[in-house]
Amino acid sequence: MTISLKPSDSPPEKLQPTGWLKYLSFSLDHKVIGLQYLVCGFLFYLIGGSLAGAIRVELISPLSDFMPREVYNQVLTLHGTIMIFLWIVPVVNGAFGNYLIPFYVGARDMAFPRLNAVAFWLIPPSGFMLITSYFINGAAQSGWTAYPPLSITTPAAGQIIWILSVLLLGGSSIFGGINFIATILKLRRPGLKLMQLPMYCWAMLGTSILVVLSTPVLAGTLILLSFDIVAHTGFFNPSLGGNVIVYQHLFWFYSHPAVYIMVLPAFGLVSEILPIHSRKPLFGYTTMVFSIMGIVVLGLVVWAHHMFTSGTPPWMRLFFTIATAFIAVPTGIKFFNWVATLWGGKISLNAAMLFSCGFIINFVLGGITGVALAQVPFDVHVHDTYFVVAHFHYIVYGGSVFVIFSSIYHWFPKFTGKMLNENLGRFHFIITFIGFNLCFAPQHWLGLNGMPRRVAEYDPQFQLINQISSVGALLMALSTLPFLWNIFQSMLYGDKAGDNPWNALTPEWLTSSPPPVENWKGEAPLVLEPYGYGEKDANKTQEEMT
Amino acid sequence: MPKLSAILTLTSSLILGVGGVWIAYNVDMLPVSASMNAPVYDELYRVLFIIGCILFIGMTALVIYSLIQFRRRPGETGDGIDLEGNISLEIFWTAVPAIIVLFVGLYSYDIYDRMGGMQPLMHDHSGQMDNQAEKVWGGIGSGPIMSSSTKNSSSLPIELTAMQFAFIFHYPKGDIISGELHVPVGKEVSLKMESKDVIHAFWVPQFRLKQDVIPGQPTILNFTPTKAGNFPIVCAELCGPYHGGMRSNVIVDEQEDFDKWLKENSKESI
Amino acid sequence: MTSIVPKEQSSGSKKDLSSEEHEDFRLFGLIAFLIADGMTFAGFFAAYLTFKAVNPIGPDAIYELELPIPTLNTVLLLVSSFTFHRAGKFLEKNESKQCQKWLLITGALGVAFLISQMFEYFTLPFGLTDNLFASTFYALTGFHGLHVTLGSIMILIIWWQTRVPFGRVSNENKFPFEAVELYWHFVDGIWVVLFIILYLL
Repeated sequence: MTISLKPSDSPPEKLQPTGWLKYLSFSLDHKVIGLQYLVCGFLFYLIGGSLAGAIRVELISPLSDFMPREVYNQVLTLHGTIMIFLWIVPVVNGAFGNYLIPFYVGARDMAFPRLNAVAFWLIPPSGFMLITSYFINGAAQSGWTAYPPLSITTPAAGQIIWILSVLLLGGSSIFGGINFIATILKLRRPGLKLMQLPMYCWAMLGTSILVVLSTPVLAGTLILLSFDIVAHTGFFNPSLGGNVIVYQHLFWFYSHPAVYIMVLPAFGLVSEILPIHSRKPLFGYTTMVFSIMGIVVLGLVVWAHHMFTSGTPPWMRLFFTIATAFIAVPTGIKFFNWVATLWGGKISLNAAMLFSCGFIINFVLGGITGVALAQVPFDVHVHDTYFVVAHFHYIVYGGSVFVIFSSIYHWFPKFTGKMLNENLGRFHFIITFIGFNLCFAPQHWLGLNGMPRRVAEYDPQFQLINQISSVGALLMALSTLPFLWNIFQSMLYGDKAGDNPWNALTPEWLTSSPPPVENWKGEAPLVLEPYGYGEKDANKTQEEMT
Repeated sequence: MPKLSAILTLTSSLILGVGGVWIAYNVDMLPVSASMNAPVYDELYRVLFIIGCILFIGMTALVIYSLIQFRRRPGETGDGIDLEGNISLEIFWTAVPAIIVLFVGLYSYDIYDRMGGMQPLMHDHSGQMDNQAEKVWGGIGSGPIMSSSTKNSSSLPIELTAMQFAFIFHYPKGDIISGELHVPVGKEVSLKMESKDVIHAFWVPQFRLKQDVIPGQPTILNFTPTKAGNFPIVCAELCGPYHGGMRSNVIVDEQEDFDKWLKENSKESI
Repeated sequence: MTSIVPKEQSSGSKKDLSSEEHEDFRLFGLIAFLIADGMTFAGFFAAYLTFKAVNPIGPDAIYELELPIPTLNTVLLLVSSFTFHRAGKFLEKNESKQCQKWLLITGALGVAFLISQMFEYFTLPFGLTDNLFASTFYALTGFHGLHVTLGSIMILIIWWQTRVPFGRVSNENKFPFEAVELYWHFVDGIWVVLFIILYLL
């Protein structure tokens, strides 16, 4: 049997709300769902960011004087959970994935539009639940890792709500992953080969494989943890004969790949943005594809490097050290290829480009500290310190969030049909970049010198550096204002973007802005060379010059 | 022209290399080193720092240089060069990181071995190994290499009990209970750690050592202090509201001062 | 260089769109879901095996499993996989009466499995919170039992929907049937692994 997309999967347009109301509806249109993910994620980003602000305010002084200690732990738990599960994962996967993947494979929608809408609508209620748990009986206070036995002994209500909402978000993530795999592998336009797809498709394919393989393990683990809390079983409760290390293994089996779930799509998005704004083909397409798949495979076998101080046996430490360090190889290839993409281009220094380059610089630093952290002897000193905090913020903020901003600047004309103000965008980039580095670079020093993470009070000798860090955080918070103003002002008064303001070749630009409901008026275009930029003549002149 | 660019590339990488080494030897970000394995750790740290500096500065310089050199000048139209890849270049930058990573991995394995991490556990407590109920997991410095490198072969056993939110040290010799850790300089200490409630972590930044203190799973941490002084003990695993306040001190004394302290506090002597 | 094939057709008529036909990828999606589901079980099995290796069972802990009931359960599920397959063969031949008969047998076997599992629960000498292994035992078999329950319900729905002439599932619309069949085989397969790991090892 064959499925025709048009009649079976899309309900008559009449039944769908139009105008802005469609963004609040159970819409099946992948573009609507993508923007729903994006806006919803951004709202959670603002909440998570305020929580981060509260943490930085608390850390201005070495004493615990801004908020009660229990509240501080709830705030840091909520900050981590919201930023990971409600902002970065849904936005780099859900938002851009849903918006772009059907275009890239030449389809009119995702493979399973209803499942897609369900996956999105799981997110707002679970996020709401998570945040309201704070007002009901106190939110979870055992960190986003929820290590037992702490998570078993802290107030149960908040922890159970936390588990429920993470389970729902995990379910949403799995549904999304299945949908992406099916769309990329099965819904490609006839005549389009896998190796002709834009790089973001490969990144999403890799990410979705990770989601499908690792998220269910987290779900199972959290179910067991909830039994420990509610039914007083002893899986992870040592006083009942359980084993806390098993939880850590199972948890990190998901949560390390989760890092790749957050950065692989970002890698894909950067691979789309750089060629367009430097007017050059993506350098080394094939090696990029293989390095993505290499990261996927290695990403599944490195989890125990989070447990080097947990008393893991020596052979395990050795294996996970080597495996983790080797992830640097495929990751390094990608970075060298991006720089080579820039090399010899005609680079427009617009906001999208600047944020992407900021991402490269930040992520290189995060990657270097990552390789260092993979070394057991190095890790035993800095594990669970601010060094680690700095490292992963360089990965997830300096990496993923910079790419999210870059992508918003890049695709906003397609989303809305309006151009953003580039000067405001550059200003936004400069404040974000300075604020971010001011906030997190000093934290490396803090960690090396003895400040553990997740503390509300600390040794007074660290006060000055913490204050510098807090100033950086303030800058980061302020940097949101020009961005929001830019969005607001451009939506109302922005210049008309036209179909293809960047003169790009990828398929989403070959339709109107914003695109019609079924993506193309006529037949879907067949784009065989999504990166066919560059001039042969320019090449020649280059050769003559050298 | 190709000669010029080759010379330029060579000089800039040379400057980069020398600069990286210079930074690594002149920017000291670590606290005092006060244990036997701390200098070994610092050696690894320095090597990682050199490699990291070279890579980071090099990549940043490349990105900034590209952005400036290849920026679109006003009025300029058209595309960049049509360059889709370069197999030999790609093989080059696959191989170089692979070699670096392999080197770093083997080197850190060697460092780890010198710290005693790869040694089988507890030769002197072997009687306990037969007992399945008591399973001890070791952290770094738990092997016999540390004890053989220190001249005095017998280590000082101390039991650590962690609870919300304190470290309690028990000296079997003399039956002393203390909230602070007193140890003599130059003698190997064998800490046997167990937690009463949740996971804690025992961390002395100046010793470059950390080991989780796990409920239901005793862990061992061996170390040899090399410097007299007063160093902080920090709990590094979120353990509840007062986690940040869960700190103590390790007081490293000269042997005679330590003996004096031991005598004064020993219950048996009274 | 730019090999876009712009086929601007004046009318975006339905005819053009219906030419974009794809093979049925719904089963593919289901397989991806079952892989995910299988990973949940894999996590549970890994936890159980690690518990077994690292936290050996205490001398005073009661954890005795008898083999007769679970062996019976294994047989029930394996036979039900076979009967489901038979039903599928009859569906292909458009013999809906036979198909329905075999579906009903399959559903009955599933329910019999659940009853037998319940019986085992009530006769076991340990409860959910008695010790680590008891808890793991109930978690694993319970999670699997949940799958069997869902499967049995779906089999009954399929059974209802294959009736002629009002049912929606037929040889022409086979996907619901195939999906449930695949799911059922998956649940059987998990049971066999579970049986080996939990009862035999």
